[in-house]
Amino acid sequence: MSRPAAIEVVGISKRFGTVVANNDVSLSVAAGSIHGIVGENGAGKSTLMSILYGFYEADAGEIRIAGAPRRVRSPADAIAAGIGMVHQHFMLVETLSVAENVLLGAEGGALLKGGLKTARAALAGLSQDYGLAIDPDAIVGELSVGLQQRVEILKALYRGAEILILDEPTAVLTPPEADQLFVLLRALKAQGKTVILITHKLREIMDVTDRVSVMRRGEMVAHVATPETSPPALAEAMVGRRVLLRVEKQRREPGPPVLEAVGLSCRDARGTETLREVGLTLHAGEIVGIAGVAGNGQSELLEVLAGLIQPSRGVIRLDGQILTAADRHPARLRERGLMHIPEDRHRSGLVTAFSGAENAILGYQHDPAFRTGPLLSPARIAAHAREAFAAYDVRPPDPALKTAKFSGGNQQKIVLAREIERQPRVLLVGQPTRGVDIGAIEFIHRRLLALRDAGVAILLVSVELEEVMALSDRILAMCGGRITGERAGEVADERDLGLLMAGVTDEAA
Amino acid sequence: MDLLQLVALVLDSTIRLSIPLICAAMAGLWSEKAGVVDIGLEGKMLVAAFASAVASFVTGSAWVGLCAGILASLALALVHGFAAITWRGNQIVSGVAINMLAAGLTVVLGNAWYGQGGRTPSLEGAARFGDITLPFARWTREHVPGLGLLYDEVVSGHAVPAYLAFLSVLVTALVLGRTRFGLRIRAVGENPAAVDTAGISVARLRYAAVAICGLLCGIGGTYLATAQAAGFLPHMTAGRGFIALAAVIFANWRPWPALGACLLFGLLDAIAIRLQGVTLPGIGLVPVEAIQALPYLMTIVLLAGFIGKAAPPRASGLPYVKER
Amino acid sequence: MSAAPVELPRWADTALVPLVSVVAALLVAGLVVIGIGENPLEATALLLRGALGSAEGIGFTLYYATNFIFTGLAVAVAFHAGLFNIGGEGQATVAGISAAIACAALGAVPGLIPGFLAAPLAILAAAAGGAFWAFIPGWLQAKRGSHVVITTIMLNFVAATLIVYLLREVIGKPGSMQPETPDFPAGAVLTPMHQFLAPVGIKLPPTPLNTAFLLALASLFAVWLLIWRTRLGYAIRTVGANPRAAAYAGISPAAVTMIAMAISGALAGGLAVNEALGVQHRLVLDFTAGYGFVGIAVALMGRGHPVGVGLAALLFGVLYQGGAELSFDKPTITRDMVVVIGGVLILFAGALDGLFRRLVAGALRLGESSS
Repeated sequence: MSRPAAIEVVGISKRFGTVVANNDVSLSVAAGSIHGIVGENGAGKSTLMSILYGFYEADAGEIRIAGAPRRVRSPADAIAAGIGMVHQHFMLVETLSVAENVLLGAEGGALLKGGLKTARAALAGLSQDYGLAIDPDAIVGELSVGLQQRVEILKALYRGAEILILDEPTAVLTPPEADQLFVLLRALKAQGKTVILITHKLREIMDVTDRVSVMRRGEMVAHVATPETSPPALAEAMVGRRVLLRVEKQRREPGPPVLEAVGLSCRDARGTETLREVGLTLHAGEIVGIAGVAGNGQSELLEVLAGLIQPSRGVIRLDGQILTAADRHPARLRERGLMHIPEDRHRSGLVTAFSGAENAILGYQHDPAFRTGPLLSPARIAAHAREAFAAYDVRPPDPALKTAKFSGGNQQKIVLAREIERQPRVLLVGQPTRGVDIGAIEFIHRRLLALRDAGVAILLVSVELEEVMALSDRILAMCGGRITGERAGEVADERDLGLLMAGVTDEAA
Repeated sequence: MDLLQLVALVLDSTIRLSIPLICAAMAGLWSEKAGVVDIGLEGKMLVAAFASAVASFVTGSAWVGLCAGILASLALALVHGFAAITWRGNQIVSGVAINMLAAGLTVVLGNAWYGQGGRTPSLEGAARFGDITLPFARWTREHVPGLGLLYDEVVSGHAVPAYLAFLSVLVTALVLGRTRFGLRIRAVGENPAAVDTAGISVARLRYAAVAICGLLCGIGGTYLATAQAAGFLPHMTAGRGFIALAAVIFANWRPWPALGACLLFGLLDAIAIRLQGVTLPGIGLVPVEAIQALPYLMTIVLLAGFIGKAAPPRASGLPYVKER
Repeated sequence: MSAAPVELPRWADTALVPLVSVVAALLVAGLVVIGIGENPLEATALLLRGALGSAEGIGFTLYYATNFIFTGLAVAVAFHAGLFNIGGEGQATVAGISAAIACAALGAVPGLIPGFLAAPLAILAAAAGGAFWAFIPGWLQAKRGSHVVITTIMLNFVAATLIVYLLREVIGKPGSMQPETPDFPAGAVLTPMHQFLAPVGIKLPPTPLNTAFLLALASLFAVWLLIWRTRLGYAIRTVGANPRAAAYAGISPAAVTMIAMAISGALAGGLAVNEALGVQHRLVLDFTAGYGFVGIAVALMGRGHPVGVGLAALLFGVLYQGGAELSFDKPTITRDMVVVIGGVLILFAGALDGLFRRLVAGALRLGESSS
């Protein structure tokens, strides 16, 4: 090798309490290359990058920049070492202008005037070099997500970053925006910069990286040159064993339609249309999966159907009856057999400060079975929880334990038990296996299929395309708040769905 | 008394009544811009008033009083910082605690030392900040009709802390808007994580802002005890810290509009005092309480979004915790 | 990770940490006493004797504790809904006004209602007044998004000006220069405890302690039932802990916010019941006397639980009564010392909770490793 590695990590370990986030991790990234790091959620990628950026100090190990050992104890150290970072959640001040954001921390003097002038000139130069046209006086909060990400990149470049780390950069981007980002990354590489790309999307790795490292459970398990690997091989390395792409599933004729939506549209607080004219029909005994990049209206679709937000237009029918605004209330819908496993259990599915037993009645607190007379009965609530925990193998089976102390998989099982035990006729399921260990994933998948076989109509939203493909009888792809196409579960393939998710509709093709 | 004279008198007392509000409002502005909510402005002004009165009385120098007032206020500000920044405590709770602590401690100490139910002895001579006459005040009064009178009565003839108060608005506006420090303060109140990842210490910035807040409250409290009054009276701040808070909200966390809001609230106070016991034709005895309640009512109406939209710094009130 | 909240065993969390912060606050007060040249041990002895050394002292102590139970519960109920109600003073003020108006109506039309209903009606009027004054900020937060902290502060001042105006112009005693109402009708006021218990043969010295104390004890129990045994309480705790989960469960955070604030305000109205209907038998200016703010200390120290609130209220009752006696013997130590202790306690048990938990956790670990 003629040039030393741009950045080298040797034997890094980091624990948080009893959790080992990184265990003896080593990595070498060649200068002037794009290096991908893949792994499942919780595999330790973000911790490693936080250590590189000085957010945390490693318990053991060494960081070498261009061959020389370097201590990176704070972001300031990292910046000084030429490391720039684009966080998944942008580190921007939305009320400030682009120039002020770029300047923050690199003002070049006590007064802003000189710095602003320099920054403007530099921004113009960077814009030319990389085709990153952006108005330095625009207020960041008013820019699109894609442009905000550019500001993050400009920030790093303005500080003289030679190594750029991007953490899940495409999670928030539309496919065209993602493509533009990749063009930019290649341009940076051409200028001799080093890029580290963290993602769990294998397509991106194959498209843009030169080499790829795989992390699993806090450890580095593989380093390979990208042309010498394939998505299945990477997936296997990530998960640790061959992924069952198809769950055992009987073909079944769907029953009558149960839930129908026609022309559903929805606006968010800012007035942006998040759902556009969505129509779908859910039959008894089928699983309909929604495929889409996060943020393309799937969450809103679930919330509208569950009665959590009101549509701006459109009609929802349950058992052929049109739901009025009064009907579209979570409590009323539950009474009619429409249950909902929310996408984010911490944000809405559970009250983590409550005991497991109290969470096992969330949403069903009005059930007289939990009362003696007018008062809630802790004994009855606990007995109900014990039963449910046993049926769903929640560990530890202790109804008095604070919910925050259960593991992610067991928390999800509490939610699942609560909603499924109520014998739903329609089940809305969001990200059923997010942050859940492998064993629990299989358990959850089997439960969902059993429900389908028992005649429940299930709508499944997941960012894991493989999950959607494995479980669904029919798949609807969403992009920009619209349904862009439908495929039967058996015939769907990843490439075809990817096009639909990118907004290439059947009509256009 | 002709109309001009009356206007000049009302405006003069408007200024006098506004000074503590302006100091406290600028203090609150710094703290909140940096993301630290401070409902303890009242308490800090109170201890400053007490400390300045005691120190002025003991040394006979109002300037020593000013230093003591600032130090006392600064000490409470740092307690708030310790709770809110270092220990990520609830900032409202800490503010309530500081107000109570100040209200109790000043009376306990004042009574123990001077035995007058918490009052401090009257200040005289150099122990008070006297009014200073600006250059040409007398001359313009005699030679420039109208404006000369206003210059002499309204602009000239205030104590040193009063001019410091106005200066603080100018400095606040310039520093926040045009300097590196100001940019960082504005950023840390909106998104501390952005500041942290830029390699700047969030805690240090917030402590600096909280200290500035203490300093300004110190000036305001000192003005109350050593210029507006001649000594400390228990609970003499009488809610001014909260009116200042209202002014900051009213001004949408901007320095110059905050000055305007303080002057407006000062004017209302001045009018209320003038109308005390006055019977107006058609209205009868003026309900002065209605005027006194106006700043609070106006703030409630504003916060409810009936006029405009309040846009506080996004991270204000939230302790900064690094995320994994 | 150093920022993670310290995990403590339940008993340490609910009992030891508040106890340590109380002791620390009392130590700070002791330092202040030393600072003004008095002996803190002697002062403590005088204080305890004054508060608990005689039946009369105990009566006064419980009378003060009654105020703190009401204001402490008011803050605690709002806390459970994730709301910080600093408006206890204003709510109690309006409760007093409302009770005074009810009493004036009862006095103006004798025989309007049966005599035995007069006092309950006056109490209800007080509760309704307090509930109304707290409902306003609740409504503003639920429907208009303005934070209850700021609006309750502002409404405290509005209530303070309102009572001045009303006492002077509308409901004041005609011809009196004092800002106070005429005496309430005899049927509308509460019975002093020494009279109440006399028929059953219990002799007590006359003190301000009255049947409002029993109402306060009942409120402690009622709040416990409400929070931990009713669906509304479940809804309140859900909204306080996770408003999104509440919406998901079909609970309306907006409705719960308004209801919780109204309940909180009604409880704060208990202060007016004890002071105006129970002791003064008329409405006087400034009867709230800072009890509303001390309620914050009581709720924080009591960890929002009625048992804790009861104990904390008792502690402050002792401090108030003992402090009054102490200031007779030692004029240099005024009763404002209790306000100092309240302030320090709010700081220690509230804002510096993290520090005290860390200290307790450290001490426990030390104990473990040495044993």
